[in-house]
Amino acid sequence: MFKKLSIAAIAALTLTSGAFAAGSYDTHIEDFDFSFEGPFGKFDQNQLQRGLQVYTEVCSACHGLKYVPIRTLADAGGPHLPEDQVRAYAAENFEVYDEALEDTRPATPVDNFPENNGANAPDLSMMAKARAGFHGPYGTGINQFLKGMGGPEYIASLLTGYTGEEKEEAGVTLYENKAFPGGWISMAPPLYGEDVDFADGHSNDLHHISEDVSAFLMWTAEPKMMARKQAGFVSVFFLSILSVLLYLTNKKLWAPIKAKARKED
Amino acid sequence: MSGIPHDHYEPKSNGEKWLHSRLPIVGLLYDTIMMPTPKNLNWMWIWGIVLTFCLALQIITGVVLVMHYTPHVDMAFASIEHIMRNVNGGHMIRYLHMNGASLFFIAVYAHIFRGLYYGSYKAPREVTWIIGMLIYLLMMATGFLGYVLPWGQMSFWGATVITGLFGAIPFIGEGLQTWLLGGPAVDNATLTRFFSLHYLLPFVITGLVIVHIWAFHTTGNNNPTGVEVRRTSKADAKKDTLPFWPYFVMKDLFALGVIMVVFFAVVGFMPNYLGHPDNYIEANALVTPTHIVPEWYYLPFYAILRAFTSEVWVVQIASFVTGGIIDAKFFGVLAMFGAILVMALAPWLDTSSVRSGRYRPMFKWWFAILVADFIFLMWLGAMPAEEPYATLSLIGSAYWFAYFLVILPLLGIIEKPLPQPATIEEDFAAHYGKSDTKPAE
Repeated sequence: MFKKLSIAAIAALTLTSGAFAAGSYDTHIEDFDFSFEGPFGKFDQNQLQRGLQVYTEVCSACHGLKYVPIRTLADAGGPHLPEDQVRAYAAENFEVYDEALEDTRPATPVDNFPENNGANAPDLSMMAKARAGFHGPYGTGINQFLKGMGGPEYIASLLTGYTGEEKEEAGVTLYENKAFPGGWISMAPPLYGEDVDFADGHSNDLHHISEDVSAFLMWTAEPKMMARKQAGFVSVFFLSILSVLLYLTNKKLWAPIKAKARKED
Repeated sequence: MSGIPHDHYEPKSNGEKWLHSRLPIVGLLYDTIMMPTPKNLNWMWIWGIVLTFCLALQIITGVVLVMHYTPHVDMAFASIEHIMRNVNGGHMIRYLHMNGASLFFIAVYAHIFRGLYYGSYKAPREVTWIIGMLIYLLMMATGFLGYVLPWGQMSFWGATVITGLFGAIPFIGEGLQTWLLGGPAVDNATLTRFFSLHYLLPFVITGLVIVHIWAFHTTGNNNPTGVEVRRTSKADAKKDTLPFWPYFVMKDLFALGVIMVVFFAVVGFMPNYLGHPDNYIEANALVTPTHIVPEWYYLPFYAILRAFTSEVWVVQIASFVTGGIIDAKFFGVLAMFGAILVMALAPWLDTSSVRSGRYRPMFKWWFAILVADFIFLMWLGAMPAEEPYATLSLIGSAYWFAYFLVILPLLGIIEKPLPQPATIEEDFAAHYGKSDTKPAE
């Protein structure tokens, strides 16, 4: 895994070098090897569940997921949690304001994840689609064609991209980050590694939890990805057959016309 | 119907006769579908079907999307996410609509450049060409209006920039812009009227498409040789043509099938490739995106719009002569619409007596440069407004205008065309026969 990752990272370095520069700061987006990449890629259910845990225990303190219905955690194309677990998760972790009760109540699966603008934190529902990690080269879009848009790679690179440098500007502390356009971000490093403990004993170092939560955010951004790819395969398969049949029909239809032209010539 | 002589519909049964004497609709459909079509049409003649399919696809998916979409600044963005997450199959319908727009423009550009190469715009097909240009303009308008509806960052800022173009018109611009927006800035009034017009224009396009088809069914199709179908008799016409059904319907359907394979692969596997990530951020009047980039299909004309800055001497002369009425911004707007206008005037700017580029040895090269120039401008439109892109945009724009205003008129005079085949039948036989010029397939 590590070997694969480092090869991917080196490949990413060589491919993206000079491809994109925001301002004078050269950003670096690592090409993480996600399970959902490419036409055959699928979400890794366990990874999504781990990512959910990272989001719940760390990110949700400031960031909301207001477009994501909690019930979709039970979707087969997503984390696929058992329904009673989703119900318990909603009630334990979130409170929503109920207009009928004129009061807050524990969340239920039919509610969305709550909105949260703590410390001006942006909503994360579509973050993985709202950022492009890969660009160019030279404005051609070839990198995005080969490697994908790079939204989850951007998030994971951002989470692992802190250098430890800090500076104050107009009373705001800014943190140096290799992935953030401009190089300085106002979000303090949210993850350090070992921030969460996974029940399955999966590695919780910074690299892995960043990858897990990025995968989870790709799912929140594109919850129907698996269904979409399947629809793509079915369509491509049947349309290919149809095209072959139409080709043969067309060929047979034109054969006497072309033969006649040959004879007369 | 006038045009190429061919067999017309004859009602046979009593029921058919009854209907035909009251409403000759079956006859109209028969004549349309059985239209004699030059038998030598090549694969560049398939885009009409693709375009018709795109129009139908966009209208059908669009009508379904409207059932779930809410045109309100506070709800539009969320209603798109509702479609993506909660509506059954909504994500596919939306991605089909989104990418359908791109396919529509790929097809229309192929269709237009086909016309430019084979001289389809020339007499007697000028009206078909002009209507086509109107359809293209309406497509651009419809695409732009539709892009605003998801109310993302690019929707909002694209709308701000594009409506700002109308603000550049001297004297009436500011008032016109306010009238278009329904207020001083892009807001709810803008969104609701854009929604209304985005629903309306496709039906106007449908009407124009019918007129477009009517026009070329009167003149007959052009073909790769540019040589007209013989109309001296039904028998002569038959030697040059085949009925549209089934010969060209099958051929076009096969091409459409292949294109659909690619289209569904894009929709299924990379539906956001042609989009912009910023449009997944809800519109925010207080945050301007670093680069405001239009959709790819507007980029060539966007590059022309931006090419004419106040440092360009043509702009300075125009500004001086008009006493400052034409400033750089307005000049850019004029250049952008002018770029489409000169294309629309091609039938009268092209002085060559030969229709098809196949028999025009010099024209071929200038045309190839035009295609390259179009792609070059498309790339430049996506680049930031700085050097060297500004100068390159100017060069690209200059060629675009020079092609239509200088090269096309001059070529007709100085070029010595190659011999053309006498008939379409001859060309078809040369292609499939055992003639000396071309080996048999």
